Amino acid sequence: MAQSRRARAHRVQVLKNWLDQRIDLAGMRQFVEHKVVPVHRHTVWYYFGGMTLFLFIVQVLTGILLLLYYQPSAEQAFESVQFIMTQVEFGWLIRSIHGWSANLLIATMMIHLFSVYFTRAYRKPRELTWISGVLLLGIMLLFGFSGYLLPWNELSYFATKVGTDLVAQLPVIGPTVGRILRGGDEVTGATLSRFYGIHVALLPLLTTGILGVHVFLVQKQGMSAPLDIERGGRPVRTMPFFPNFLLRDLVGWLSALAVLAALAAYSPWDLGSKADPFAAAPAGIQPEWYFVFMFQTLKYIPAKIVWIDGEILGVVVFSLVGLWLWLVPFLDHKAARGEDSPLFFWIGVSALAYILIFSILGYVAPGGK
Amino acid sequence: MAEAGSSRSDHCSGWRAWALQGGVKARGAIDSGAPRRWHAVLAMLMVSLLVRVEESKVWSQDLPKGNSCIECHRAIGDSRVTPPAEKFPQDIHLAKGILCQDCHGGDAATSEREGAMDPAKGFVGKPKRQAIPQLCGKCHSSADYMKKFNPTMRIDQVQQYFTSVHGRRLLAGDPKVATCISCHDVHRIRAVRDQQAWTYPAKVVDTCARCHADRQYLRGYKIATDVVDQYKASIHYETLTKKGDLSAPTCNVCHGNHGATPPNVDSVANVCGTCHSLTAEMFAKSPHQEAFASIGLAPCVTCHGNHDVMKTTDTMVGTDSKAVCVNCHDSDSEGYKKAAQIRASLDRLREEVQRATAILDRAEHAGMEVSQAKFELTGATDVLLKARAAVHQFDPTVVKTLTEEGILVASQANAKGVKALEDLRFRHRGLWISVVVILVAISGLVLKIKEIDRRGPRRGIKKL
Repeated sequence: MAQSRRARAHRVQVLKNWLDQRIDLAGMRQFVEHKVVPVHRHTVWYYFGGMTLFLFIVQVLTGILLLLYYQPSAEQAFESVQFIMTQVEFGWLIRSIHGWSANLLIATMMIHLFSVYFTRAYRKPRELTWISGVLLLGIMLLFGFSGYLLPWNELSYFATKVGTDLVAQLPVIGPTVGRILRGGDEVTGATLSRFYGIHVALLPLLTTGILGVHVFLVQKQGMSAPLDIERGGRPVRTMPFFPNFLLRDLVGWLSALAVLAALAAYSPWDLGSKADPFAAAPAGIQPEWYFVFMFQTLKYIPAKIVWIDGEILGVVVFSLVGLWLWLVPFLDHKAARGEDSPLFFWIGVSALAYILIFSILGYVAPGGK
Repeated sequence: MAEAGSSRSDHCSGWRAWALQGGVKARGAIDSGAPRRWHAVLAMLMVSLLVRVEESKVWSQDLPKGNSCIECHRAIGDSRVTPPAEKFPQDIHLAKGILCQDCHGGDAATSEREGAMDPAKGFVGKPKRQAIPQLCGKCHSSADYMKKFNPTMRIDQVQQYFTSVHGRRLLAGDPKVATCISCHDVHRIRAVRDQQAWTYPAKVVDTCARCHADRQYLRGYKIATDVVDQYKASIHYETLTKKGDLSAPTCNVCHGNHGATPPNVDSVANVCGTCHSLTAEMFAKSPHQEAFASIGLAPCVTCHGNHDVMKTTDTMVGTDSKAVCVNCHDSDSEGYKKAAQIRASLDRLREEVQRATAILDRAEHAGMEVSQAKFELTGATDVLLKARAAVHQFDPTVVKTLTEEGILVASQANAKGVKALEDLRFRHRGLWISVVVILVAISGLVLKIKEIDRRGPRRGIKKL
């Protein structure tokens, strides 16, 4: 018994040595052993980044499983999803988890973004982490937009129609981008093929690269402590990344998994009826919840503001806000100097209130214009 | 525009004066002295002004230029002679290039009244009512002429009309009966399928109602005037107007249009059978065909009514008070027993379909995908429809064979609904088990974290 244990320990040691000679395991071990995470009253927000990463992994795994049966054509897309939900063993669960996880991912990502924003974690030297993070948010929104069409049901068809019409209204590049996205002037099977390609090839490729950079930067630079704590100059309590923080992160992952399981079982992702391009748009059509505040805003904007088309103006303003958000580390000079920046704080509070109010209005007061 | 208007006024000055001095009834008074002429000129100017204002409101469509009939009838401003010109812009004949003189004769190129309305030039004026069918038939009964406009159009309308009650009475000298213009309008005749046409299917009943619901007008004819109200309460009218199904029957579908005649007792089944062909055929082969004929009962309408045909229900069959079978069959008769058997078969299938529908709806509302089962259930619904039609064979065995087939389909769909609900319960159980497993794992992790925190001191204090 003891002999076999010794033999096993020897084999493990041989493997370690083999790897050590090739990928410097000792260096990595040392890095992990020395990596610490600050402990303060805002530490809880750190876990949302990890939860987002976990949900993304869930998306990749369930997405791969769905790919095994999904048929990306206008004739077969709906039927193939129907097949997944009724005939494939646990297909209903896979699709439901994929749908719910996508939504939870956007939610945790938004929480992560606002927590980073309000703790000014984007300040020097973490500008690139923020830049890559905002890019990832944009990519996740594109994931949501492109994935929404894939079941080819009535709701997704018309939501895509509205969404691509908005893109096509952008000045100068809009019409061309709109045509490229749709593969023509209308949402057709060609649009479905493109969205499928974007959803399963282009966006995963971009995500892999940018997520790699983002995670590398987080590991390289470590977690940022809030400005007031850092400015205090006092030593900050810390905990080891491994295993203390990682185990806590795991609790967050498992909690997200429990919520996913509950949602998937009690509110399965439904399929609706097959898209009919010749049918009238269903009443009360709305995009996914994370686009509702923008959609609702466009409803309130008058048709014409001076001589500019209201919707075009709305789309342009949202694009500029997105650009501003992306570049915020370079605009908030005070935070970069380690000073308070109340202007950016109040902009953040207003943006959060705006998103909440307009999202709620989108559900309780769908009219507007 | 102003020039055209004044030129038209000049052309028609004589006409206006004629109209102002008494119109049709006072033709001879046109040259009755200078003072009156001055008054006439003054009045004419005022009328011209009014006409000019009215023109811009009423005659919005292009009318042929230089047609003295239209120009003068528009310019006169007398409500007794303007309607034809007022209505004509919407007439299909104008759209096809057929103008006033093509029906009324005369010379539309002449602006002088005498020349334009010269009987020597074929002017017939307003035709007598009895002459209207022949007048329309001049073109509409000519294959050579009509094929220029519509090669598929029938040309036997006038011939058919004279076989109708309307046509026969017109020939007998009754001027009140309907002629072409009673149903098609006059001077604003629209294409039959034009939604504004009096002949548009949804409007036909109101067209017929102008006479057939007018008690005063029909006094002395011994015709019921409540048929329109009865029809408007029927399933046929509801289908036609509320569902917009233009194939649903209206007056002319059963009575004929140009050859309008009430169907006789022995031809009712043929009339209903033009749409309900399957049931009519079944009835014809059933024992009821002979039985009805022997006692002078009309098929179809005896059970379903005629103008007030209601939506059929299964309660019409059977032995309870709402069933029509008990109107003839005594409780100890063979027919009575058969009626009860047929009703029982229908009830069983209907209940099975309802049971399957309810369970599939429940599963669907709970988020289960049961669209395939719902599609399969439509097979049972189709069989139920067939079984209801098969009632007209009055053979319990035939109905039962069909309903058994439907019950099998419905019970299979029901089984899929039951399985979907079982799956749902399985999923819920699976959820609770997985949640418990996850919670246990979380608890284990929390304990481990506490142990690690306790055992190994935190890396401690660090200056960031």
